[in-house]
Amino acid sequence: MLNDKRIRIISGHYGSGKTEFSINYAIKLAEMKKNVAIVDLDVVNLYFRSREKEDFLKEKGIRVIGSSIRAASLDVPSISSQASITFHDESLETIIDLGGNPEGARALARYNEYLREGYYDMFFVLNANRPETRSLDDVMKFIVKIQDVVRGKFTGIVNNTHMLKATSVDDILKGYDLAKKASDLTGIPIKYNAGLESVLNKIQSKLEGEMFPINLYMREEWMV
Amino acid sequence: MSKVLMKGNEAVGAAAIKAGCRFFFGYPITPQNEIPEYMSRELPKVGGVFVQAESEIAAINMVYGAAGCGARVMTSSSSPGIALKQEGISYIAGAELPCLIVNMMRGGPGLGGIQPSQTDYFQATRGGGNGDYRLLVLAPANIQEMVDLIIEGFDLADEYRNPVMILGDGMIGQMMEPVEFKERKKRDLPEKDWITTGTKGKRKPNIINSLYLNPEELEDHNIWLQEKYKKMKEKEVRVESYNVEDSDVVISAYGTTARIARTAISKLEKEGYKVGLIRPISLFPYPFEEFNKIKDDCKGVLTVEMNTGQMLDDVRIALNGRIPSYFYGRTGGMVPTPEAIANKVREILGGEK
Repeated sequence: MLNDKRIRIISGHYGSGKTEFSINYAIKLAEMKKNVAIVDLDVVNLYFRSREKEDFLKEKGIRVIGSSIRAASLDVPSISSQASITFHDESLETIIDLGGNPEGARALARYNEYLREGYYDMFFVLNANRPETRSLDDVMKFIVKIQDVVRGKFTGIVNNTHMLKATSVDDILKGYDLAKKASDLTGIPIKYNAGLESVLNKIQSKLEGEMFPINLYMREEWMV
Repeated sequence: MSKVLMKGNEAVGAAAIKAGCRFFFGYPITPQNEIPEYMSRELPKVGGVFVQAESEIAAINMVYGAAGCGARVMTSSSSPGIALKQEGISYIAGAELPCLIVNMMRGGPGLGGIQPSQTDYFQATRGGGNGDYRLLVLAPANIQEMVDLIIEGFDLADEYRNPVMILGDGMIGQMMEPVEFKERKKRDLPEKDWITTGTKGKRKPNIINSLYLNPEELEDHNIWLQEKYKKMKEKEVRVESYNVEDSDVVISAYGTTARIARTAISKLEKEGYKVGLIRPISLFPYPFEEFNKIKDDCKGVLTVEMNTGQMLDDVRIALNGRIPSYFYGRTGGMVPTPEAIANKVREILGGEK
């Protein structure tokens, strides 16, 4: 994690688990570094956004930059002007949580002038259990389309293949196979294999990329 | 097909297409926009038609037209949008047209908010439009059940020639869960010999209408509709129950709220309390009889809803004064927590186990 670039952009298919990964990443990073911020650029989703966890993240010393208007029910694609601070403040360790699909990734295009190669990491979060990203062809379409919209390149793949609380070792390995194929085809390395710690611990084989245990912060206790 | 992870709203679209729905007419509103988004993308691939109408009123009247031609047709909206559709829904019920209507409820009244609620129970079960009509109202508590009820709902609509409503809330529309699309048995459905697809000069024209110029005829029509609703009450009651017979408190809740209640019950059981659950799946017809299974010395029935007490009326009708009735609700888009529900149960039992 410490080798990742200061600006980490989290993108991928709608519902791949970007926000859960972003929050977990931010919390882990804040344990190692000061001055961590999470920028919520999700303007396509209205439920389960990282800004909902603002108070919780603040307690962990993480700065949350979301909409300029404080309202959970906001149905307007408004982004705080503070979102651009990260491109100017070189001391700010940043996670940018993008909305899903090319449509959601569009919010980042506005900052294109700052997206110099080598200056940021952009991770493609992959969940092979989502119907639209189950085949290599489909995954490639999303990678290409999001890159086109953002006008930037992915620098890593995050295998985040899950079935929520019912995730099995097979789910993660199935996702890994797909991520590996996408990685071989594009040259984008697999950076992380994310999953519940209890499941990750059961994986015997050596996988490319770091094992990344996560907690389901966005899931209420009554949800599956 | 194996299990996939889907957002509730996407699953609605996928289930409808699986059920043979080929026509969707709607108008956008949060928190159900992924339904029209999905249908606009997927319906053309199977030779279907998606139209984003100029308004909710136009959309529901397109449903009327398509249903009158015998098509499997769906519309979806959220609370204020469903309110706008009420005139058309009443016409559809009056003209006895089959269709599926999905309401992903949000906070009200008025424009309210976009967070989940259950404040349209009255609207769905008492008839939001004019006249003595009923919708067959089904309230899923998880995405798999929603998929299954939608697939079955289209058949029920055809069988009864009546609009079927899937009553969800923003939470079930927006959350993700594993879901599987199982092959289903084909049902024997009545032939649609009443549809308006052209006579080819071989028969008298079929007429689809809800206007009656003779009061005698309109009364007969109403008597027939009531017979249909009576048949639904006999055949279509759906309910899930848990430990109803010997619990000290029984919770009644539907949809998302029932799941939160179930988590509360698990907590309470660990503390030694005996708590049951009646989860109506069909809201019309309502599972009144299920409440008769509750023992006479039950301390109370706690209705939990994301509103200020709507299904509560039906629970009280079912209990008929036999057992004390209590209510706990959150509204405005606030979702009850398992702990808050458990607290209410502890309060009813006065700490007695």
